[in-house]
Amino acid sequence: MLEIEALSRLQIGPINLRVANGEVIAITGPSGSGKSLLLRAIADLDPNEGQVKTQSGARAALPAPEWRRKVAYLPAESGWWAEHVADHFQLPDLADTPSLGISPEAMGWEVIRLSSGERQRLAFLRLLEHEPEVLLLDEPTAPLDAENTLLFEARLKRCIAKGVSVIIVTHDRAQANRIADRHFELADGKLIEAAHV
Amino acid sequence: MSEYVQLSYFDIALASVFLLLNGVLSLWLRLGIARSLAFAMVRMVVQLLLVGMLLKSLFAIQSPWLTLLVALFMASFAAREIWARQERRLKGWRGLAIGGSAMAASVGMVALVALIVLVQPAPWWSPRYALPLLGMIMGNAMTGISLSLDTLHTALNREQRAIEAQLILGANKWRAMRPFLRQAMRAGMMPSINGMAAVGVVSLPGMMTGQILSGVDPNEAVKYQLLVMFLIAGATGLAVVLATLGSAKALSDDRDRLRLDRLRKHR
Repeated sequence: MLEIEALSRLQIGPINLRVANGEVIAITGPSGSGKSLLLRAIADLDPNEGQVKTQSGARAALPAPEWRRKVAYLPAESGWWAEHVADHFQLPDLADTPSLGISPEAMGWEVIRLSSGERQRLAFLRLLEHEPEVLLLDEPTAPLDAENTLLFEARLKRCIAKGVSVIIVTHDRAQANRIADRHFELADGKLIEAAHV
Repeated sequence: MSEYVQLSYFDIALASVFLLLNGVLSLWLRLGIARSLAFAMVRMVVQLLLVGMLLKSLFAIQSPWLTLLVALFMASFAAREIWARQERRLKGWRGLAIGGSAMAASVGMVALVALIVLVQPAPWWSPRYALPLLGMIMGNAMTGISLSLDTLHTALNREQRAIEAQLILGANKWRAMRPFLRQAMRAGMMPSINGMAAVGVVSLPGMMTGQILSGVDPNEAVKYQLLVMFLIAGATGLAVVLATLGSAKALSDDRDRLRLDRLRKHR
């Protein structure tokens, strides 16, 4: 569960939104409308105002690192701080790479050799290690082909089945139709619910 | 100090002949540095003559307050220099204050200990000892801090994605910034470490050479040089750590965010 109350950041807001356990919200909007800014604000990566909470408690009551482990943000372009893929995982041996169409040997690879699609999927896997309650996904399948997009969505559905709440920013209306329960458009800093998908 | 050979202003003028020759060469080869060479030379002459006169009268007056005033003037100039040498600076008062106060704290502490406990001139604040010591320590701390902060700010800016990737996964700000803090501190300490390694073999330090030229026994000159280099390296290390941690704190906040919005690019 994710509850957002009067969240604002720069030109965005105030945003009110409630995402139930296992619910998926899709957000679309023209580029520059602040979709990434909104996700970053929920994850508390930028200064922002408003209250956000999950079943574990209010954001303001939790240390920021703990909040971010529960409310996990997958940026459109992932960051890597070490040379090898395995260094970015807590338990590299347990990472389920084949479920996303990546070779089990990927843990031994150098980050610099990864394609953008591999980076994206591996960044998603390392995020799941913390068993987040909420996933904030920013164009997660943009660098993926159709086949890997479906694998990604199947993996995502396993999380949803466990009760994870999801906000997904996507340009792909067909994807929004496939996985989202509700659909919003971000325009002029406000979230407007689109016709039910 | 009996063998001290006094120089006349004529000797000095003669010594500049080689530099003037450089100027002629620059004009002839169209290197385009004749102007800046001439400007730097005139500036050096004026500054040094002025500082000579200033020091002479300061030594004659022997006022603690005047000595303190000169020390403060040096410190504020160095603080401004630290600020100016960074490509990306912290916005607002912090930009000047963090580097400046790290320098003032470490240099001040080390210089005080040096004067009161080690060299013990009478009085301890005697400008003849205090100002040259302060100048040497401060100059090196200044270089160290500006290198550190420049390195830190460039690295944090360039590695924003990698740092935030760690924050996203639940690392705190210190953990996420750690490699760049290390890198910045190393950069600031490098000149001191290299200086210690090369001294005596590759380079004879100007201070020691100056003392030897003015008739001091080489063993005594070496002792002073060792003292000064210990103080320099110690103060620089301390200053570099303080400034790096201070700046990293200013570039993050209590919600463990990276705050690059507090940085501004120059040049």
